[in-house]
Amino acid sequence: MSEVHSRPIRVETKQDVTILFAGDSGDGMQLTGTQFSETAAILGNDLNTFPNYPAEIRAPAGTLPGVSGFQVQFGSKEIFTPGDKIDVLVAMNAAALKANLKLLKEGKIIIANVDGFDEKNLQLAGCKTNPLEDGSLAKYHVYPIEIGKLTRSALEGTGLSTKEIDRSKNMFVLGLLFWLYTRPLDHTINNIREKFKKKPEIAEANIKALQAGYSYGEATEIFTTRYEVKKAKLPAGTYRHIMGNQATAYALIAASKKSGLPLFLGSYPITPASDILHELSKHKNFGVRTFQAEDEIAAMCAAIGAAYGGSLAATSTSGPGMDLKEEAIGLAVSLELPVVIIDVQRGGPSTGLPTKTEQSDLLMAMFGRHGESPVPIIAANSPAGCFDATFEACRLAIEFMTPVICLTDGYIANGSEPWKFPTAKDLPDITVKFAAPRNAGDPKYLPYKRNDKGAREWAIPGTKGLEHRIGGLEKQHETGAVSYDAENHALMTKLRAEKIEKIADAIPLQTIDNGSEKGKLLVLGWGSTYGTIKTVVRDLRLEGYDVSHAHLTYLNPFPKNLGELIYNFDKILIPELNSGQLARLIRDKFLAPVIQFNKVQGMPFMESELKEKIIAILTEKEK
Amino acid sequence: MPALDLGGNGKKSDLPVLTAKDFASEQEVRWCPGCGDYSILKQVQSVLPELGVPRENIVFVSGIGCSSRFPYYMETFGIHGIHGRATAIATGLKASRPDLDVWIVGGDGDLLSIGGNHTLHILRRNLNVNILLFNNEIYGLTKGQYSPTSPVGFVAKSTPYGAIDHPINPLAFALGADGTFIARTMDRDVKHMREILKRAHKHKGASFVEIYQNCVIFNDGAFEAFTEKDVKAENDLFLEHGKPLVFGKNNDKGIKLFGLKPMVVDLTLSDVSKDDLWIHDERDRTKASILTRFFDEPGSEHYMPRPFGVFYAEERFCYEDAMLDQINLAKEKGEGDLDALLRGKETWVVD
Ligand SMILES: Cc1ncc(C[n+]2csc(CCOP(=O)(O)OP(=O)(O)O)c2C)c(N)n1
Ligand code: SF4
Ligand SMILES: [Mg+2]
Repeated sequence: MSEVHSRPIRVETKQDVTILFAGDSGDGMQLTGTQFSETAAILGNDLNTFPNYPAEIRAPAGTLPGVSGFQVQFGSKEIFTPGDKIDVLVAMNAAALKANLKLLKEGKIIIANVDGFDEKNLQLAGCKTNPLEDGSLAKYHVYPIEIGKLTRSALEGTGLSTKEIDRSKNMFVLGLLFWLYTRPLDHTINNIREKFKKKPEIAEANIKALQAGYSYGEATEIFTTRYEVKKAKLPAGTYRHIMGNQATAYALIAASKKSGLPLFLGSYPITPASDILHELSKHKNFGVRTFQAEDEIAAMCAAIGAAYGGSLAATSTSGPGMDLKEEAIGLAVSLELPVVIIDVQRGGPSTGLPTKTEQSDLLMAMFGRHGESPVPIIAANSPAGCFDATFEACRLAIEFMTPVICLTDGYIANGSEPWKFPTAKDLPDITVKFAAPRNAGDPKYLPYKRNDKGAREWAIPGTKGLEHRIGGLEKQHETGAVSYDAENHALMTKLRAEKIEKIADAIPLQTIDNGSEKGKLLVLGWGSTYGTIKTVVRDLRLEGYDVSHAHLTYLNPFPKNLGELIYNFDKILIPELNSGQLARLIRDKFLAPVIQFNKVQGMPFMESELKEKIIAILTEKEK
Repeated sequence: MPALDLGGNGKKSDLPVLTAKDFASEQEVRWCPGCGDYSILKQVQSVLPELGVPRENIVFVSGIGCSSRFPYYMETFGIHGIHGRATAIATGLKASRPDLDVWIVGGDGDLLSIGGNHTLHILRRNLNVNILLFNNEIYGLTKGQYSPTSPVGFVAKSTPYGAIDHPINPLAFALGADGTFIARTMDRDVKHMREILKRAHKHKGASFVEIYQNCVIFNDGAFEAFTEKDVKAENDLFLEHGKPLVFGKNNDKGIKLFGLKPMVVDLTLSDVSKDDLWIHDERDRTKASILTRFFDEPGSEHYMPRPFGVFYAEERFCYEDAMLDQINLAKEKGEGDLDALLRGKETWVVD
């Protein structure tokens, strides 16, 4: 930055920075965080974000449960997580400070909105004294700023009400942080103009507040240092910023294009999956049909109906909705129709922790239906990874004529990162061949005749000569006629299972993501823990530890070489955000003695806790 | 790429001439001898050739129950689904393939108990499908428990002391859900059933047809007051659009409206003329609503005869058409471009 300052200001270069924007759920912290992140992305930083908000739309203002946070880590090196400990805590009120102070590194920055520390706010947050004044924050750099007052004076004369003006506080903070990290305002200004197209006076007020925050940084004496974070050395290519649920939605559209099948999504709103429905319903110009069903049962059943008719059919949901879909998923198993089921996992059981993350639906995906009804399972490992996982789920569903469960979770579904997006040309075609029409003299159509993959044909209504009936009752091999025959049931059970097992031939072999192929310790993860494990293993290897990382995308069936791969290590550690679900499957399948590392707090792993665990294992004395 | 013709009505007319036999599948029919389902199957098979729809464009979707075995016996496309969900499966099918001719078959338990919610929603959304409710006032397949249409006091396996649930009135329910076509017929009156099936098919929108169906095994004679020759005339009221409501052995009774209150009048008395009677108007929602309430047990005080025929028919846009309209409108503004979607609004280059 070659800006000329009116006073001596030092510019310090940082490799990575983690900022947490925290305030009341009405303070607009999610928007602030998103705008800051998008600008960082456009400037070429690598980054990863984590929105953490309460389940209530407007939890009581000023209280601890009402605190909403948006954490972003950005840097000039590769970033795989939103960061453990934070460098900057933006606290819009006392509760936001109290709830998040434990995350702040010593000696780092607090930007506190003084107006949020009045008597009422202190009381609501349960603070006996004002932390901004009682010396309890001596270990940190505290910048108490009268954000509310400054915003009001900046917007004086705009003709807006005080209430409207106060809503722009977050833009003041954003402007200040843009100044502090030497970032331009133009991306956010454009966004504000677009967002408030119909209310230009609100747009201008927000822009004014943003600029006022920026100027405040420049003018006030309290800031003597600005920071700079250079571009990250990412693999060459064109990038954009993407959120997990958005990536999932895009993958469904992409698979629809690449298969030539019209897309149908049946869905019932549920946190944190609703954004997939929202996103897809915007893209009708791709021929997308979105159906907001009366419940998750209807959503899944409608998807089955659409699949039967020859659409690329999908349904999106989270935990409680998965429970409701299971009977119909069993029907899809029996009908052998392709349906992609996206489960954005959240904390359970029951309503559990709607806005918090967990990886606790794996065993449900695996075994959640009555009878023997195997379903392939794929898991996404990052926000952008939701695209690849979902696209792959579509491919397998169509190729193997089966429902496929795609697991993401609240953490990556709402998180975001830069994405080196593919072009349409880069994406593989998905070949679809419907059963051909038949003439009067042709032999009888056999709806359950299988190809070498074990898949039956997709015979859609409207095709001459293919009239046939399918249903949930057990059917005779090949003819599909209802059959209660004992031998036949055993055969059909076996054929259905074998078909899913054969998917192992159609997926890539498991690779080691980082580290050697043999060694003391393998950290085996799946899904959204990717970024944390990746970061920790990278750092530990730099420190000289013998540790490798492999990450599973395919949970059912496992890649063919998985058994071989894990046995090359003395020990296997499986970190999961559940009580040991993958660990169970690995033990069961490979009789391997795995070490579990589990967390069920509705929060992702901290790098520090995983690091500690790995070091403890590697330095453990042999008994 | 597979060519999938979505939209349009797909009713091509260069059809071979088919007969009822062409709609019978090879599957052996397994209902109990004497079950009312046989008659319904036969009437559907005999009506279909008259409808002018290619066989391959017809899909029967059902739930679970004796009645839900229906699709297996039809030489068309068919899905035997899961209990209560035929309407939901059919919604996805019809919404994505408006060109298909979709029929839904279910029992009183299937469509009104476990599947009641989906029935409500398919009716209000008004997909262009035909819903055939086989009402036998019993759970047949699970061997004789009372159903949501069984009367209070009904003694069955699970109600040895008599049912204490107030029964559902299927047509009042369908009308309450803003169904656009509401009719009733019975297994024993095959001519009437065929007429109603044709009318239901002709109606564009969700056609809801309640069919009184006798379960010989678990609830034999449940509807005999309406189906047996000797009593039928006194208990049944056949609705015809534009005609006065007349019933009785000698067409000697009529219904007259006093305000919103219907009364049976004796036409043999000299001071009553047919011109004073309630003239049936299928488009009159209020009157249809009163008709659905003709629901007393025969022989009870103030008994009103049980109506059969089309209670109500209304034209209202269909869900799948509106869905397609929105898609076409969006496409007119510019067909989706996958590269543009993936690229988004803002990108940056790393070299
Ligand atoms: C989820 C579920 N619950 C229960 C059943 C058992 N069940 C099968 S059919 C049926 C009721 C059948 O009654 P109805 O729908 O009136 O059909 P009918 O046999 O009388 O034609 C029941 C309870 C089932 N198949 N699935
Ligand atoms: S049990 Fe009743 S409804 Fe079922 S097939 Fe037999 S007679 Fe028909
Ligand atoms: Mg029944």
